[in-house]
Amino acid sequence: MAITIDRLCHQLIENHLQFENTVLIGLQPRGIYLSGRMHQTLMKLLPNTHIDYGKLDITFYRDDFNQSKTLHVPSETSIDFSIENKKVVLIDDVLYTGRTIRSALDAMLDFGRPSSVELLTLIDRRFSRQLPIQPDYTGRTIDALISQKVRVLWQERDGKDEVVLID
Amino acid sequence: MSLSVKHLLGIRDLQRQDIELIFKTADQFKEVLQRPIKKVPTLRDTTIVNLFFENSTRTRISFELAEKRLGADTINFSASGSSVSKGETLIDTVNNILSMKVDMVVMRHSATGAPHFLARHINVPILNAGDGINEHPTQALLDSFSIREKLGGVEGKKIAICGDVMHSRVALSNIYCLKKLGAEVTVVGPPTLIPKYMAEALGVNVTYNLREALEWCDVANVLRIQLERQNTPLFSSLREYSLAYGINRELLDSLNKEIVIMHPGPINRGVELNSDAADSKQSIILNQVENGVAIRMAALYLLAGERKKMLETEN
Repeated sequence: MAITIDRLCHQLIENHLQFENTVLIGLQPRGIYLSGRMHQTLMKLLPNTHIDYGKLDITFYRDDFNQSKTLHVPSETSIDFSIENKKVVLIDDVLYTGRTIRSALDAMLDFGRPSSVELLTLIDRRFSRQLPIQPDYTGRTIDALISQKVRVLWQERDGKDEVVLID
Repeated sequence: MSLSVKHLLGIRDLQRQDIELIFKTADQFKEVLQRPIKKVPTLRDTTIVNLFFENSTRTRISFELAEKRLGADTINFSASGSSVSKGETLIDTVNNILSMKVDMVVMRHSATGAPHFLARHINVPILNAGDGINEHPTQALLDSFSIREKLGGVEGKKIAICGDVMHSRVALSNIYCLKKLGAEVTVVGPPTLIPKYMAEALGVNVTYNLREALEWCDVANVLRIQLERQNTPLFSSLREYSLAYGINRELLDSLNKEIVIMHPGPINRGVELNSDAADSKQSIILNQVENGVAIRMAALYLLAGERKKMLETEN
């Protein structure tokens, strides 16, 4: 996983050079572990640069509030910088139907109008999109059945780094 | 995670986990209220009616703002100028409003138990915004939330509830809420304004000496003297009440520590609280009002989740 994250960081640097006008936003609840790692790695690769990094919770913007059985408990949002006219890189662990990203775009626009938005995801589940949303940077592409669940485990949260398929 | 109740009728019915869930949710809404766009679309398919059978400024505005910040549609109803004066019953009034496809009810009523009665007859979530001398749950939640914010927690803190405890729904809800969160509570006021057997029934300390209570506490929650609910005189004059139980700068300065001052509003300035105490740095009265919107957003959001379940059982 560390190698993949390194590669994603280098791809970001190719496009954003010194990150003067770029900010990273990780999506709660599970995308923040990836964004946190990427932020750390980028700081090592680009010492003496400052990269704005925030966390965004999309609970209140979900489109399934009236359908899901259980109520979602919100997580922390912390974006203590302006995203107005910035290039935003949204970071999440797994891209599946695209609905989370749709909600994230909505949520993000309440903080300002970025000049562009890119999407980075560690795992892209192909052929399962329900909305026209595609990643700009992908760690790994996976084909999985709709009945299966793809979960990324993180050292910080789950005690080990691993991607697992749950039936 | 969800609440253990379908309605928010009183703190009495809540578990400690419910209160903590509301606080956790309110933390996030508080952040939403700091954004450039202070509004989320969560309840955009929900219509909420605010039924106010009794006067209110803060609570009504706070609820309405909370509903609007959640993206809900709102209707406001006040008893004066409505068909209530023509003799329509409570259930008829509410059922007529609900048949226009309303999803939630926020209600204030001067009769104790009015929202509980309604909850037995209608199938939408009800939020009690104050019923008679019984409970005012969202006020108690925002009070404890404000204490948690100011002192870092509620557990083990010492809270004095001062003044007209007898007629105060804020006092009763606060006692339930604080006890459930593990705080120590003392009620203080003239003997005529403190119900008998309060200590035994609710597990609080009772004293009739204001200075003693203030010296003991971390936080003083000062109640409004509710003259509109006192049919017979319970103290000789406002001036005398103020001399014995009014909190002023001089009294606060003479204590051996700095305590936090709270008041649910509206303040009778110069009666239970002097301006030099109410407007001081020790007072968190306006923080309470600010937190009220976040707390009510959290309660509405969590109960809207219950509305889904109620609809499923209906069909």
